[in-house]
Amino acid sequence: MEIGIAHYLGVAAILFTIGIFGIFLNRKNVIVILMSIELLLLAVNINLVAFSYFMQDMVGQIFALLVLTVAAAEAAIGLAILVVYFRNRGSIAVEDINMMKG
Amino acid sequence: MTAELLAMPDLMPALPEILLVLGALALLMVGAFGGEKSTPLVTGICVALLTVAGLILLVSPHYGTTFNGAFVQDAFSQYMKVLVLIGSGFAIAMSVAYARSQNFDRFEYPILIVLATVGMMLMLSANDLISMYLGVELQSLALYVVASINRDSVRSTEAGLKYFVLGALSSGMLLYGMSFIYGFTGHTDFVGIASALTDEQASRGLVFGIAGPLIDERASLGVVFGIVFMLAGIAFKISAVPFHMWTPDVYEGAPTPVTAFFAAAPKIAAFGMLVRVLIEALGDVTTDWQQIVVFISIASMGLGAFAAIGQKNIKRLMAYSSIGNMGYALVGLAAGTQAGVHGLIVFMTAYLAMTLGAFACILSMRRKEGMVEEISDLAGLSKTNLPMAMLLAVIMFSLTGLPPLIGFFGKFYVFIAAMEAGLVPLVVIGLVASVVAAYYYLRVIKVMFFDEPTGEFLPMSGEMKIVLGLSSAVVGLFFIMPEPIMNAAANAASVLF
Repeated sequence: MEIGIAHYLGVAAILFTIGIFGIFLNRKNVIVILMSIELLLLAVNINLVAFSYFMQDMVGQIFALLVLTVAAAEAAIGLAILVVYFRNRGSIAVEDINMMKG
Repeated sequence: MTAELLAMPDLMPALPEILLVLGALALLMVGAFGGEKSTPLVTGICVALLTVAGLILLVSPHYGTTFNGAFVQDAFSQYMKVLVLIGSGFAIAMSVAYARSQNFDRFEYPILIVLATVGMMLMLSANDLISMYLGVELQSLALYVVASINRDSVRSTEAGLKYFVLGALSSGMLLYGMSFIYGFTGHTDFVGIASALTDEQASRGLVFGIAGPLIDERASLGVVFGIVFMLAGIAFKISAVPFHMWTPDVYEGAPTPVTAFFAAAPKIAAFGMLVRVLIEALGDVTTDWQQIVVFISIASMGLGAFAAIGQKNIKRLMAYSSIGNMGYALVGLAAGTQAGVHGLIVFMTAYLAMTLGAFACILSMRRKEGMVEEISDLAGLSKTNLPMAMLLAVIMFSLTGLPPLIGFFGKFYVFIAAMEAGLVPLVVIGLVASVVAAYYYLRVIKVMFFDEPTGEFLPMSGEMKIVLGLSSAVVGLFFIMPEPIMNAAANAASVLF
């Protein structure tokens, strides 16, 4: 079977959906949310590189490299915020993030 | 080709951004080597940098595109950037005293605001999906840190964490949409996307067979998919319903001057970016995005009007108020016409003035025992501090939309444009939402003027007096001399069409 663009887009769509569900259905740990966010960005990268390859256009791959760079910065900042939060609250369980409601 | 790539790009259109970036990097060095005692100096230079960037934009703007078409400076970006710079500059000025009292007067704070401002300016000038994404991220990454800047407070860090998770999710959606638009049009630059969408030839080069040629100005399924995801991502950034969940929590939890900053500048920048991408890149497929914009506009106006009624905390009230205001601004965008964009620009100008004024008052709600932020704490303000009560009342009347204040003109122009575009039901819903929203704005005035005082606030500090005075002057006296703002807004709107 020839592997075409639709397969790549399908994998990316599945990864993206898993990422979204990981953020909303997860009740345990914020680290899982950070992993889900990475999953979202990687799904996008698969999309970009697949489009780029099948269109013979380099822009998509450049975009993917920039997304990778930003994803690293985003993860660093997310973990830093998580560390200061843990220092104050003593927990990183998702159900404990409830100081403000309404 | 190689010579073209090696050639130095024209830096002049991006001069204000370059100035701010270099300034921020230099100030980081000053802060790193000077330690905590350099904070006042760094803060002062940051405000000066923002002022200089604003003056460059006002006095000698350099229009044009550069960096291979990824960056554009025109009258629209110029006008919106000036609004953003005003919002950021006043936000830094308003936070100095508060930061000292809450022990977060670190030198990083003003530098982060400057970097966020650069991100916003890049968003406003972005003429390519890549530069747009990088602008959004530069802004967002700085804002996540700013939200949790008071790192010893549970509420501030929780606000930062919530903002980070939902902001990252929205960036993911934005990117996913961008990847589809790239894949189905073959371009990332707005000009290329627009021409691919109009050009039937280009649509045949699409990767999926289902794309087909464009019929009735409608885009292919893949592009529509991309537009939906991109709009969802941007709706997060402007806190439009149904992507507003973070707003009340972040507004309440973040330190109040940070909330003032969040309410003003990033909203304006995200709106400018939304207008540019919808009009410049997707202007030929208006029918595809108009229904989505109408829907989120109705939902935002409705939720902003009804959910704010039960609020007791004034920061949460302002959060719902800003959600509602984003709904009114979206009415102008839904029209998709030059008049609509003109109305939107006037509305955002009004929104900036009203927000800064309202937050100058909220930041002045200080008692001996500390800051208070309940609406009931404003009781009897007219007896203890009449000038502040009068000015806050003017701002609240303006938020309600009473003529002749600036809030009335903002709503008037967006609603007129939507009427002309045939969106009568949307306008009717907007007017009903305005009337409902009037209840909670007027309740603040009632509490200030007719309730018994419960205690006195400390006197307003000098910078709050200046911010409140300036913004209420714009709010109250706009109708005497509307021409400068109206003409500049009309000029800004005209370059997009």
